[in-house]
Amino acid sequence: MRLGMLALAAGMLFGVIGGFQFLFPEFLRELLFTKTRPLHVSLVVSWIFLIAIGGIYFYLPRQRGLELYSARAATWHFRIFLATGLAILACYLSGKFGGREYFEFPPVLSIPIFLTWILFGVNYFMTVRQDKEPWPVYYWMWGTGIVFFFITFTEAHLWLIPYFRESMVREIMVQWKSYGALTGSWNMLVYGTALYIATRIGGSDAPARSKLAFSLFFLGLFNLMFGWAHHTYLVPSDTWIRTLAYGVSMTELFIFGKIIWDWRSSLEDWQKNHHCSAYRFLIAADIWVFINLGLALVISVPAFNLITHGTHITVAHAMGSTIGINTMILLASIFYVIREELPKETHAGCSGQIRAGFWTANVSLAVFFTALILAGLGRGTFDGASFQEMMLSIRPFLLVFTLAGVTMMIGLWIVLWHGFRLIGMLLTSARQIELPAPAAP
Amino acid sequence: MTQSAGTPEGSVINNRALFGTLCAAFIAYSAQVYTKGTETPHIDPISDAARYGQQVFQDYNCIACHQFYGLGGYMGPDLTNVISNRGEAYARAFITGGTATMPNLGLSDEEVSGLLAYLSFVDQTGTYPPEDFELRWNGTVAQADDPR
Repeated sequence: MRLGMLALAAGMLFGVIGGFQFLFPEFLRELLFTKTRPLHVSLVVSWIFLIAIGGIYFYLPRQRGLELYSARAATWHFRIFLATGLAILACYLSGKFGGREYFEFPPVLSIPIFLTWILFGVNYFMTVRQDKEPWPVYYWMWGTGIVFFFITFTEAHLWLIPYFRESMVREIMVQWKSYGALTGSWNMLVYGTALYIATRIGGSDAPARSKLAFSLFFLGLFNLMFGWAHHTYLVPSDTWIRTLAYGVSMTELFIFGKIIWDWRSSLEDWQKNHHCSAYRFLIAADIWVFINLGLALVISVPAFNLITHGTHITVAHAMGSTIGINTMILLASIFYVIREELPKETHAGCSGQIRAGFWTANVSLAVFFTALILAGLGRGTFDGASFQEMMLSIRPFLLVFTLAGVTMMIGLWIVLWHGFRLIGMLLTSARQIELPAPAAP
Repeated sequence: MTQSAGTPEGSVINNRALFGTLCAAFIAYSAQVYTKGTETPHIDPISDAARYGQQVFQDYNCIACHQFYGLGGYMGPDLTNVISNRGEAYARAFITGGTATMPNLGLSDEEVSGLLAYLSFVDQTGTYPPEDFELRWNGTVAQADDPR
């Protein structure tokens, strides 16, 4: 989890540098935008996977009473992940690219990534099969996230086969099919974590076994499999592919928002106060679900997509999802673990600085999100011929977006610093418990 | 994934069957997307020069700043129809000379020619953004300049 927090802290820094490079192309010219963008994307995606996976490795043995099938496999998973991550960063910095959207590292580095998911998948399924009770929905979500990551990551590499690579439309369609489902697979890991924490804070597993929860799961899976093509309305593929995506996209996210909303109203005050930080981050995630749902529905209508596609509105949607929803849930997971494991006399749970960081980050994100939408509208409705003129016309929005990015980074750094420090205290206390008592003098 | 619903609320949904059905539909759907409806039969197969240019495009990570069909980075313009809209000479001048926002990446003549061949190949696949289209009552778009 601490490595994940470092990844997010560094990923945001590269994001801010990229924002300034957007405005001032001479800014840190040695570190080209072709490097800062993949550094930002890969580090932030690492944050999502590290915290989601770290949480699963923690929750299963520690709270669900299931013995981890192989602690050694988990250790190797971490080591390979770390070594591969460092190799990818080195490739970016030295300018060695694979040049694919999101996977901009040389494809040979995908091999160890495949290996880590095999280790994780075997470990996960062999561990949860010890549980003889009917599975709560978060087991299903985590398992599906793992399986579909593996499938879609494989699909993202089909371009290596000439049959796909040499047909432009097929290449783009399969690429975005895989990316849409890949995002859905990590959402399965993250939303599963959110439901797990919600049930633990509420003290009842019932919400994770309800019809509504399973409806959410299957609707999410349906979207993961078939909802990707709203990214490709304007790519010349067959009409049925685009029409199906339009219908599927309309169902997106709704039930997830409802579950958290219902759960919130069922909580007693003492439960909210006991886990005040985790609760606060979960509620923020829920509010961002509704905001993003509204935007997702609008941009999934082909007539609106005509204006919003290929503009900063798509970025606003991606940022709202990864920061507003995923990051808020993952921060809830970190502070839930801290609150559960660290003695109350060491950490009372609701520090004013964490609260300040929380509000700074969320208010900044709202400004950041709005500026991106306005910039996107400016780009989408621009009717001049010159790209440079268009960029000049939206420059004020990009300036606000970059400044909001700076304050959001500062807010999240404050939160991360406390999370990092407190997890460190937790590790220290865990080591002290494991050490044998010192011999009597 | 072995349990049926078995929830305290007594859901009758068989989770395993539903999961299996969705997976089967996903496999059939993926096979369809891989083979039908995504081909580009109206253009010539990719040439060796364009294939090389595709590799150059990836080696220099051009997608970080540029887009095809609106997909990619936002720092530079979409390149889907740059050849037919601006001409090969214009594209060559930008690639070799750089601009205030795009550095001169120092490409060799062979790399520049390959890149131009690749951009010409992409240019034939369709039109982006659509120029001749009609909005329908149900929110869909009828695109007259869709090559399909």
